[in-house]
Amino acid sequence: MSAWTDVGKLGDIPVRGARIVRTAQGCIAVFRTLEGQVFALDDRCPHKGGPLSEGIVHGQSVSCPLHNLAVDLASGATADGTVPTYPAKIDGGRVFLDVGRSVAPAER
Amino acid sequence: MTGKLVVIGAGMASGRALEHILETRAGDWEITLFNAEPRGNYNRLMLSPVLSGERTYEEIVTHGDAWYRRNGITCRFGERVTAIDRERRIVVGERGEVPYDKLILGTGSDPFIPPLAGNDLDGVISYRDLEDTNRMIRAAASPEARAVVIGGGLLGLEAAAGMRMRGMEVTVVHIMGHLMERQLDESAAYLLQKALSERGIRILCSARSEEILGSDGRVRALRLDDGTELACDLLVMAAGIRPNTSLASAAGLEVNRGVVVDDHMVTSDPDILALGECVEHDGAVFGLVAPLYDQAHVVAATLADESRRFVRKDVAAKLKVTGCDLYSAGDFAAGEGREEIVFRDPGRGVYKRLVLSDSRIIGIVLYGDTADGPWFHRLMKDRADISGVRETVIFGPAHQAGMAGDPLAAIAALPPEAEICGCNGVCKGDVVSAIKSGAGTIPLIRTATKASASCGSCTGLVEKLLKSSLGDVYAAEKETMCACTPLTHEDVRRLIVSRGLKSMPAVMQECGWKTSCGCSSCRPALNFYLLAAWPLEYQDDPQSRFVNERNHANIQKDGTYSVVPRMWGGITTPAELRAIADAAETYGVSMVKVTGGQRIDLLGVEKADLPRIWADLNAAGLVSGHAYSKGLRTVKTCVGSEFCRFGTQDSTGLGIKLEKLLWGSWTPHKVKLAVSGCPRNCAEATCKDIGIICVDSGYEIGVAGAAGMELKETEPLAKVATEAEALEIAAAFVQLYRENARYLYRPYKWVGKVGLDWVRTKVVEDTASRKALAERFEISQSVYRKDPWAEHTAEETRERWDVMTDLTQETEA
Ligand code: SRM
Ligand SMILES: Cc1cc2nc3c(=O)[nH]c(=O)nc-3n(C[C@H](O)[C@H](O)[C@H](O)COP(=O)(O)OP(=O)(O)OC[C@H]3O[C@@H](n4cnc5c(N)ncnc54)[C@H](O)[C@@H]3O)c2cc1C
Ligand code: SF4
Ligand code: FES
Repeated sequence: MSAWTDVGKLGDIPVRGARIVRTAQGCIAVFRTLEGQVFALDDRCPHKGGPLSEGIVHGQSVSCPLHNLAVDLASGATADGTVPTYPAKIDGGRVFLDVGRSVAPAER
Repeated sequence: MTGKLVVIGAGMASGRALEHILETRAGDWEITLFNAEPRGNYNRLMLSPVLSGERTYEEIVTHGDAWYRRNGITCRFGERVTAIDRERRIVVGERGEVPYDKLILGTGSDPFIPPLAGNDLDGVISYRDLEDTNRMIRAAASPEARAVVIGGGLLGLEAAAGMRMRGMEVTVVHIMGHLMERQLDESAAYLLQKALSERGIRILCSARSEEILGSDGRVRALRLDDGTELACDLLVMAAGIRPNTSLASAAGLEVNRGVVVDDHMVTSDPDILALGECVEHDGAVFGLVAPLYDQAHVVAATLADESRRFVRKDVAAKLKVTGCDLYSAGDFAAGEGREEIVFRDPGRGVYKRLVLSDSRIIGIVLYGDTADGPWFHRLMKDRADISGVRETVIFGPAHQAGMAGDPLAAIAALPPEAEICGCNGVCKGDVVSAIKSGAGTIPLIRTATKASASCGSCTGLVEKLLKSSLGDVYAAEKETMCACTPLTHEDVRRLIVSRGLKSMPAVMQECGWKTSCGCSSCRPALNFYLLAAWPLEYQDDPQSRFVNERNHANIQKDGTYSVVPRMWGGITTPAELRAIADAAETYGVSMVKVTGGQRIDLLGVEKADLPRIWADLNAAGLVSGHAYSKGLRTVKTCVGSEFCRFGTQDSTGLGIKLEKLLWGSWTPHKVKLAVSGCPRNCAEATCKDIGIICVDSGYEIGVAGAAGMELKETEPLAKVATEAEALEIAAAFVQLYRENARYLYRPYKWVGKVGLDWVRTKVVEDTASRKALAERFEISQSVYRKDPWAEHTAEETRERWDVMTDLTQETEA
């Protein structure tokens, strides 16, 4: 069962950038790539908690702003643990997340 | 011997001769130098990389204005010598006469223009000097421009490859059956032709040109004898050269094919010497620089009354087309009593052939892998008997040492006498001893030994020597920009400028990036290189900046930010302090700290509050201190002559002026300055990127200090009398650093690479260069000298700094 939540206009997220969605469980970073895809991940680097939303986005990765750990946006995989990801989609120029369905590292 | 020395022609040969003359007997001669070209000596060999966009003209100047000035040489550039009056011992220039005691002819050669109808049309050029090169570059700028090159030798192919790299449609018309027939055999020429065709250069061999067709006086096409018409906007003649002997003939000197000289480079007139491509020695004329440099030595010796003889050596030929490595030396024709050893690796496109006579190498042709060329050449010159290693010699020296396959091992296995730089006759031992005495980079080795300073094709070998001598230390230096590209930072910077690449997609496309949008290491560097090259055109890309520069504040380990307003020269006012105190309270900052840079840091501000705190600080006249940028940070000052009993100048005032001049500029890494009012140096100016110490007579400017991860005292750059000069030199220095340094190199690291002498020439001695740098800095500052905070304080844009959506309510419900 998925429960898509409208979290805002695609245009509000800079290309090769991210914005934050605040939830009761913590902040989720919503990324937009050059190719026009969106990805949602916990905004916490597995290394020392750096805010991934402030990293440099390249291809389908983001580099953490604090110590440059690379995170794969699609899977959340890094060389130092995995970041939980959330289903995300674009519909009619708006971005939807399924925030209840975090794909925790343990599940993969 | 002393007196008046006149030199005709500022070319490769006479330039080297002047260096030796000044080394041996500086001051003895009153020197006048004529050059028909409106400039001094530059590295003519490097015109090809300029044409292809891999170098700029500036980079290939070997003797700048400052060099001539320093050596007291009277330059008459842009002035052709029209006659030599040997009776009166006078040289007649277009703008007047000059008497001589000794005269040196270095007039080079003229391109041979085949006697085809239409060869005087506009758009028919040769390939000899900067004008020709610029002509080709301009032609390539118009869309769908087409060029035809007559001649498939070294020059013609370099011209063709260069124009092709600039996007022109190029056809090479070669009269012989295969390319470069004087240097290559058919097999090697086949590989070369294939490689050039793959780049889109059309090559017609055994093709005879018949007529150049024009319309309205401009070239339109070349017609071949089989009727084929090759349409073109530019026709480049590269069909050979002829010694330029007209002056000498008119003056009645003995001239054959070239101006006849003896072993001491003296012509038939004992007071006239000649060298370079204009001469004929023992029946031979010249077309490559290596022997000309030997002649230059002899000329200097002869003028100093020393007896030194010119001995002709055999020279290897190389083609300077990136990606087409070939090497050829000696006589490679097959023939009676000759044997050959051939190695082919079709997969790698490698072909090697040695021609032997009597168990000795007499000819070498290498294509695709030329690393062993110098080793074979050495064996050839030594007339070494190779019968003992006949089976394996073709695999090169590494194989002999049992280390096949490792290019570094191959270099390590070369004997010290192996020649590395053919142009300058520099052998491995010379380079290694230069490295041992501290020349740890290519430019330093160039200065110390001249290796790789001419045609540049041995740069790869010199680099390998650096690697094998210095190991990892050097490997780290020579890294490519990142995994996205095989190019180095320097390559990319050059290409951005020379090929007019003005956007990140353009760079990635034209330079063959392997990733769709770069990575976190190349994007910030490219962003900087682009804005430094095109300040008025390029739009800064925030998404290619590290978080601190994107958010104009320093991110902290907990994701909050620190905010540091500028305090010009470390000076503040009660009103500013009040505004800072108010802001600290309003936004609940966790700590107010005095920084090491003479200003105040507000730590622990939430991202969403940044536009608000900036608006408040702006209202009190405070602007961003750029405590986060690769740009100007602080200018520390001491109280100076205003208050201090020892102060010699107004150090505070100068510090403020410097900060107002430089603030907002983006630089390869951060830049910090300090000004101390006297040598007691209370502002710690001697460890800054630029540090000024005031003294009674003016200002001592030091640069390239460091006090971070490395500790280094500044080096003296200049001493000036006025504030205005100090400001101009600071701006010029920063601009030179911006235009040249690799991203993330602090000035001390960059100066360590390029050498303080070079920097001093550019920003102090050569006043025209200093002014031009300061002007370019000002052009860039017209865009960047502004407060970035002020751009983000508007009410409407503040929400961009906050979360996009807050779902805490919904999920709780
Ligand atoms: C705030 C300050 C420390 C302080 O409390 O005094 C400071 C704080 C930081 N310094 Fe510094 N440096 C500060 C003065 C210095 C000084 C002293 C000076 O400027 O006179 C130095 C040595 C001088 C020099 O730069 O050569 C200094 C050498 C460094 C270095 C080493 C640079 C190097 O080339 O070796 C770094 C790392 C870097 O830039 O790569 C660094 C990096 C940093 C960063 C920006 C680390 C980072 O990237 O997050 C720190 C931010 C802390 C934060 O959370 O906000 N900081 N830092 C000082 C700000 C001065 C200002 O007003 O702008
Ligand atoms: C594009 C190109 C690439 C080359 N690449 C290589 C290479 O890779 N390797 C190699 O070994 N060689 C190469 N060469 C050849 C090399 O450049 C020449 O051998 C060398 O420049 C000859 O030196 P020079 O001093 O005799 O003449 P030049 O360097 O030609 O200098 C002669 C100067 O004299 C001036 N002059 C002539 N007549 C007068 C007059 N009457 N009054 C005043 N001034 C006068 C001319 O304007 C000219 O500036 C290349 C040449 C070119 C054009
Ligand atoms: S020395 Fe500079 S970089 Fe290191 S902890 Fe202190 S402020 Fe941070
Ligand atoms: S916190 Fe992300 S790399 Fe250290």
